[in-house]
Amino acid sequence: MTDANIWEVFRQERKGQAFQHAGSVAAPDEAFAEVYAREQYGRRGESAALWVVPRDQIHPIEDFVDELNRNYHRVDGYPLKQKLKEARERAGTSRAAAGDS
Amino acid sequence: MQERAELLLEIADDELILGWRDSEWTGIAPFLEEDVAFSSIAQNEVGHARALYELAARDLGTTADELAFDRKPEEYRCSELVELRLPEWERTIARHVLYERADAERLARLKESGDEEVAGLAAKIDREEAYHRLHAEMWHERLQDEPRYQAALEELRPLIGRRDGHTPELEEIWAQMTEVRRSVPGATW
Repeated sequence: MTDANIWEVFRQERKGQAFQHAGSVAAPDEAFAEVYAREQYGRRGESAALWVVPRDQIHPIEDFVDELNRNYHRVDGYPLKQKLKEARERAGTSRAAAGDS
Repeated sequence: MQERAELLLEIADDELILGWRDSEWTGIAPFLEEDVAFSSIAQNEVGHARALYELAARDLGTTADELAFDRKPEEYRCSELVELRLPEWERTIARHVLYERADAERLARLKESGDEEVAGLAAKIDREEAYHRLHAEMWHERLQDEPRYQAALEELRPLIGRRDGHTPELEEIWAQMTEVRRSVPGATW
């Protein structure tokens, strides 16, 4: 089957929650995709709603570059712990010396 | 036999035999998604049969298993439509469409029944049959201009509700269906 026959299914577990990718179904058209998606992702009361999306309508982006290693853009990119340790050593106030337990 | 039990057995036998016939496509349906969907429909039909047999069994002082498997082929009340072995997909879909449409009318009547147990069970079954109808109509939409499918509809339409006898195929399916149970009479499973 080509991508045109693959439908990605997103599932909302409860009303108001974000949709999450559940899986995919292979189907020749929208009507078949709906029935198979209901069958595989909605028959057991596990979903409040489904989104059924043709795979070839999804625009994928995968080529992320970070040539200059600008890790300060990321939450985990700024290791404060190490910097703090170095600063304390410079100031002569290590955790033990400052009376921390 | 009581009128209500007779009616329940008629529907239960339809659902059991059709479920059996549909399950013959498990593993060999035209493509994988359809295999999953059609097998699930087959299993639902057997589930409906069980619920109907249970209600009938109460009226008749027996059990659902005895009604499903311990009667003789000629005692079954199913229509000829569900008995046939249909190894062609277009004939299977034609039967599916004809059966679901007829079954929808039958369930609509039963839901209006003054008998609360029957009306309640019909409503429950109808909620699952809604998926079957969706499935049947989508296939109908896709195949309706195919001559082979049209011929299958014409061939099978007269068999809906024909219950004055049985095809030889009922005996064959009955033999398979009851084989394990007959192999150890009186066993509890």
